[in-house]
Amino acid sequence: MKSSLSQPSQQQYLNCIRCGLCLSVCPTYREYLSETASPRGRVFLTRKGLEGEMELTPNLIEQMYGCFACLACNDACPVGIKPADLAMQMRWVDEQVHPTGWKRTLFGELIPNPERMEKATLAFRIYERSGVRKLVYALGLRRLIPSQLRDMEAMLPHLPRRPLRQSLPEITEANQNGKYRIGFFLGCAQNLLFAEESAATVRVLARNGCTVITPPQTVCCGMPAAGYGRQDLVLEQARKNISIFENINVDFIVTDCATCGSTLKEYGALLGEDQQWAVRAASFSNKVKDISEFLMSIPLQKPKGIINGRVTYHDPCHLRRGQGIWEQPRELMKLIDGIEFTELPEADWCCGSAGSQLITHYQTSLKVLSRKMDNLESTEADYIASGCPGCQMQLSVGVKKRKLKVQVVHPIQLLDKAYQNE
Amino acid sequence: MNEKLIRRIKEIVGSDCVLIEPEDLAAYSYDGTFEEHSPDLVVLPRTTQQVSRLITFASDENIPIVPRGMASGLAAASVPFSGGIALSMTRMNKILEIDKLNSVARVEAGIVTADLQSAVEKQGLFYPPDPSSIRHSTIGGNIACNAGGPRCLKYGVTGDYVLGLTIVLADGNILQTGGKSIKDVAGYDLNALFTGSEGTLGVITEAILRLISKPKFTQTALAEFKSLDDSANAVNAILSEGLLPATLELMDETAISCIEEAMHLGLPLDVEALLLMETDGADDLSVKREMTAITRICRDRGAREVKIAQTEGERAKLWKARRSVSPSLARKAPNKLGEDITVPRNAIPEAIRKLKEISARYQLPIVIFGHAGDGNLHPNILFDKRDPVQWEKVNQIVTEEFELALRLGGTLTGEHGIGTLKRPFLRGALGDVSIDVQSRIKSALDPKNILNPGKVLQE
Repeated sequence: MKSSLSQPSQQQYLNCIRCGLCLSVCPTYREYLSETASPRGRVFLTRKGLEGEMELTPNLIEQMYGCFACLACNDACPVGIKPADLAMQMRWVDEQVHPTGWKRTLFGELIPNPERMEKATLAFRIYERSGVRKLVYALGLRRLIPSQLRDMEAMLPHLPRRPLRQSLPEITEANQNGKYRIGFFLGCAQNLLFAEESAATVRVLARNGCTVITPPQTVCCGMPAAGYGRQDLVLEQARKNISIFENINVDFIVTDCATCGSTLKEYGALLGEDQQWAVRAASFSNKVKDISEFLMSIPLQKPKGIINGRVTYHDPCHLRRGQGIWEQPRELMKLIDGIEFTELPEADWCCGSAGSQLITHYQTSLKVLSRKMDNLESTEADYIASGCPGCQMQLSVGVKKRKLKVQVVHPIQLLDKAYQNE
Repeated sequence: MNEKLIRRIKEIVGSDCVLIEPEDLAAYSYDGTFEEHSPDLVVLPRTTQQVSRLITFASDENIPIVPRGMASGLAAASVPFSGGIALSMTRMNKILEIDKLNSVARVEAGIVTADLQSAVEKQGLFYPPDPSSIRHSTIGGNIACNAGGPRCLKYGVTGDYVLGLTIVLADGNILQTGGKSIKDVAGYDLNALFTGSEGTLGVITEAILRLISKPKFTQTALAEFKSLDDSANAVNAILSEGLLPATLELMDETAISCIEEAMHLGLPLDVEALLLMETDGADDLSVKREMTAITRICRDRGAREVKIAQTEGERAKLWKARRSVSPSLARKAPNKLGEDITVPRNAIPEAIRKLKEISARYQLPIVIFGHAGDGNLHPNILFDKRDPVQWEKVNQIVTEEFELALRLGGTLTGEHGIGTLKRPFLRGALGDVSIDVQSRIKSALDPKNILNPGKVLQE
């Protein structure tokens, strides 16, 4: 391997003793029961690929894309190897060796540009708003769509009339005395698909004494680019976002997307060796908080309104393992009177979303989802909450496929609703 | 392997159960050791019938078959040095029956041991063998290696729970041994023959396992010893008084510091040894009384402190520490070689002293932990295989470890098996007559030598 490449260091894989412990927690291994689809296998292939004993063939790289990046192996490894991180880095190694043109266009030019994204997704909003979607459901036309496309259609939530960025004011004043100045990072999926959730987030923050500043110029956090091996673009996007928030002087930077949060918190580490940016990136990342993490750290107003129903919770990988946050969202929902909280069996097992695996690894994604749905059915819950747009889309597919009466929500929506029910 | 053979194999098991890409072969080239060798093909069968047809075919074509579970083995028993077919049993992972009345489970070989345990425990039953790899090893693999574990002191090893087996023989015939009866002396004890045979005599596809009632009460404690010698003496004192705890696990200071570094559990770093001790049973009072007696003995024998876990969380933490010893050692060096020599109980203190001497003499760390209660120790040498000087020393140390075990009246392996790594030492340990008997058994059952060739016995 050429030494000029940015690639994992020897110490990241050398000490893997192949004990096999990671197999027991890996969602792709547990579905295929094949070593090639396991973290230990990926670490082994990484080593062979980097040490030149094996070629970086499309099939070897495909094993790296087969990883759902749920991070469970990172957590399980007693040696401290991070197989999921290695799989991600190997995608970047491959992009350096075999660059793909379209990725620059998609992850460098389209996704990080909110205006272009909003135009590109207009068709979805027309589909929803024109009533065509309702018609498709009412006439049972979905049956006619090939199954994968049907499931991708089912991923789409009720789409907002307009992207939230166009309607959310740049400054939302606190309802009472402003105690905190909060920078709100509006993620792409939240803006385009889950606008109601982020609107709820801003309302809840304002109600709890936060002046919320939502800079409209922010770009994608970078996770999609990282997932497709363009670590270089992640750094570009990180620098843009850091600069934007430096200009508005806030106490905390809050996001209601688990994936954005975990990426934003990594900026410090990602730019740690960049002399010009290291300090700025670290100071940015130190301010980043998931919405549940932030709310549970301040004197949060207990809602007087009631929500009746059984609620369960699915841990997004990027929140539980990516950020070490699992108690806060549960505590937040338990504050609401009327809610009967039931723990979901294997709550922190990946749902199979992993960003875009339902599109790129359809069969595996469905198998992993099926395990989640079995667990969900066992709870007999009315709501399943999860603070990640990817997980919510995936869970919605599962709920529709099994025709369950469960509502998929963000925890913040329950809190917002409880406030509104007062 | 040529196209025609692959096509025939795909016809037998279905093409989704055959892996042939170079990346697949690489992923099936290793186990829990540092050894590597790729198979020519990977097959993941779903039924005993498929295994039978596959082996019949392999026998006709003289293709080696190397069976494996989750490849967590520590003796390179499932590394396919012979090439041929890596036969992965992981997809035969169903529980066929849990018979509460007879306290018996019937399972396919590929079920993960921990999955079986949690399934039977939901019904108030208990499958005691608990190798540290319970979450990443299979029942078939456990039987093929006669796996042990911490609880074996009181409850016995995997083989003590095997009532019956379904085995595909080297000619493709399917052999059924035993059954649900507890007592069975009809003919030779074939369960015992195939248990621990490391895939060299047949491929285990199903098992009937004896279960017991789940102990209702447990007490777990951790004793801290300033001196490693004292801890070893305490183990003997406990057992000599007629007490039989479920577990008496020893960890030396290097082991402790590795776990601490990996897990941050708050273990003391200023002691030479820890004993993890557990008593269990159906009666709360007697379980507690037993632990009180053990605690007293430990204190008499120099324990600085004995802490009894007060909550399930504390207990889980202690076990997490014990289970992560072996893998956490890798934080100290790129390679480790863990043996599992076994000595008579009374020789434990001497074995430990001598191992420390060997370590000092070769200037390479040997970490000692293991099942002190049954004399099964895990001296782990930490080294870097890329350094030829260290690698040479490792080979010498291993030889000395085995000589030590034999001199003290013990044996080479208590639970990992012979595999490839310990094969050169087997004749020395067992003698010519025993090796001759075993070679004749092997050639009677596998005359073409296609089942895991070259493992256990020298070819």
